[in-house]
Amino acid sequence: MRIVVNTEKCTGCETCVASCPFTAIIMTSEGKAFINEYCQFCRACMSACPEGAIIEVKEEGDTPNSELRTQDYKGVMVFAEQREGKAVPVAYELLGIGRKLADERNSELSAVIMGASESEARELIKWGADKVYLASDPLFEKFNDEPYAEVLVRLIREHCPEIVLAGATPVGRSFFPRVAARLRTGLTADCTALEIDKETGNLLQIRPAFGGNIMAVILCPDNRPQMATVRPRVMKRGLYDVNRKGEIKYFNQENIASRTRVLGTIKEVSEVKVNLQEAEIIIAGGRGMGKPEGFKLLAELAGILGGAVGASRAAVDEGWIPYSHQVGQTGKTVCPRVYIACGISGAVQHLVGMQSSDIIIAINKNPEAPIFNAATYGIIGDVYEVVPMLIKRIKETSGSR
Amino acid sequence: MEIVICIKQVPDTAEVRINPETNTLIRDGVPSIINPYDMHAIETGLQIREKAGGKVTVLTMGPPQAETALLDAIAMGADEAVLLTDRAFAGADTWATSYTLFKAIEKIKADIIICGKQAIDGDTAQVGPETAEFLNIPHISYVRKIEEVNPDSIRVQRLMDGGYDVVETSIPVLLTVVKEINEPRLPSLKGKMNAKKAEIRKWKSVDISADENNTGLKGSPTQVKNIFAPEAKKDRKMLKGSLEEQINALVSELRSLKCV
Repeated sequence: MRIVVNTEKCTGCETCVASCPFTAIIMTSEGKAFINEYCQFCRACMSACPEGAIIEVKEEGDTPNSELRTQDYKGVMVFAEQREGKAVPVAYELLGIGRKLADERNSELSAVIMGASESEARELIKWGADKVYLASDPLFEKFNDEPYAEVLVRLIREHCPEIVLAGATPVGRSFFPRVAARLRTGLTADCTALEIDKETGNLLQIRPAFGGNIMAVILCPDNRPQMATVRPRVMKRGLYDVNRKGEIKYFNQENIASRTRVLGTIKEVSEVKVNLQEAEIIIAGGRGMGKPEGFKLLAELAGILGGAVGASRAAVDEGWIPYSHQVGQTGKTVCPRVYIACGISGAVQHLVGMQSSDIIIAINKNPEAPIFNAATYGIIGDVYEVVPMLIKRIKETSGSR
Repeated sequence: MEIVICIKQVPDTAEVRINPETNTLIRDGVPSIINPYDMHAIETGLQIREKAGGKVTVLTMGPPQAETALLDAIAMGADEAVLLTDRAFAGADTWATSYTLFKAIEKIKADIIICGKQAIDGDTAQVGPETAEFLNIPHISYVRKIEEVNPDSIRVQRLMDGGYDVVETSIPVLLTVVKEINEPRLPSLKGKMNAKKAEIRKWKSVDISADENNTGLKGSPTQVKNIFAPEAKKDRKMLKGSLEEQINALVSELRSLKCV
């Protein structure tokens, strides 16, 4: 299949050029639109073209030549990442969404955990798994791409799940591509929503694309399993039930080799532990703070509220606060209950890192700042006036309780 | 050391703005650049060449205009450049892209392959590790420092959540690098001269003996079903009154929601 421009109908209005999220449309010297190899077949231009000049053309060999029978694949499998033997928070989130998807497909939810104890594996059952595959060998304690990929490939080949998920962490995003490449199947990165298509039963994999400016719905219709990594802190955890029954199966870990060795792990301790991704309340500052001292004020507010301090890239680039505090496309993605953006204009790159927060409060001098479009509550005013008043008011009201 | 750097030409997303009324992208005049992470990959390759000797080849897949990205890389100091361009490659997802790069790298022959951590337009971070799998060689993601390069092994620091790992592996290897690893150099005058007279090798599907069932849209397991603009926040409340009244209202709202 190809998407092409009917040059007879094309008026050269360039509407399609602006509509293409992949910069795949250029204007030729004859003033006609031309779709190049960057085209991802999203069809955005077809609905944008006022002349109906952009059409889909079928080509030979369009029908997939896969002999794979998708109906032979059943169940949802999630990879439960551990650190120092403890499952990381995203593992519970995966069990939450995995349980939902498995129930909708009327199938089983299994979890895979490597380098952990049986008691840790049992926790995964309480969080929603029907079955846990445990590779307990110390070889798996430290993350290593090749053995991790080998274990998962063997389990998938043996059990044929139709959906396989991991957290979009440095670990999941590094070894899942190897698994997908070997199994000749699709992998969608960093999904923020997963749904089942009611008609086809396919997994709808929804993710921000293009620096978070647009959302894309991705399908893997003819190959199995359908694989995705899921952004941490986006999915809700499942229900914890101490009485839930499930089965633990030890994985036969013979002949797992690796060309790579992890020689050591060095923890980097920042002055104050920045646990942005765990924080319930985040007070973040941007270029509008104007100086490094402003972050002391934000830290004071954070102290009263029991929150953490975040920052936009602009403030980090100015050197006012270390990178570990950065929220956004090139920093951390956070999802606190309350996000207070102080002197942050709200560039798209920042918004993608915090827009799923429950409540967003924007404080900014400029009423036109895009942050107000994302905010639940907006206060137009100078940070250095508003924040001290806010601190005062919170102190007053907590005293009166 | 034969070094191959995989790069991608991308629209500069930092230049993209959203039209608040229509909630669509404003794309006018958005320039094409080398993916910023790939700039660090190029620098990493050049530094390895300076220490260990050898040749740096830059490789990209894309339409003919992606040639400019390769010329920029030559201006920085790369020795050779290959452009994979063919209608058959169009519409490739990460699986089909990785397969295509793998076929090209097999032809070039490489000891060390370096990619940026991810491309800023797709943000998948998948093509590097998938390519390594096709090549059947190890890969290390998120490399923030090269500690030592030996003829048949390499030791690097891999960035992880809350710290880093020291990792050693055999060569050939594929690395994906983060921005912390170095500061990309500016093109030198000599480099710019080289770029002017550089000959970019252009390979089609047949030149790399690619199986067309594995390239482009046809070889891609995933499909874009549709795209949509993210929803604006629905429950917006602008606070009214004097600054003090606004703050009082805000604090009581937060109290009622048990947020403070």
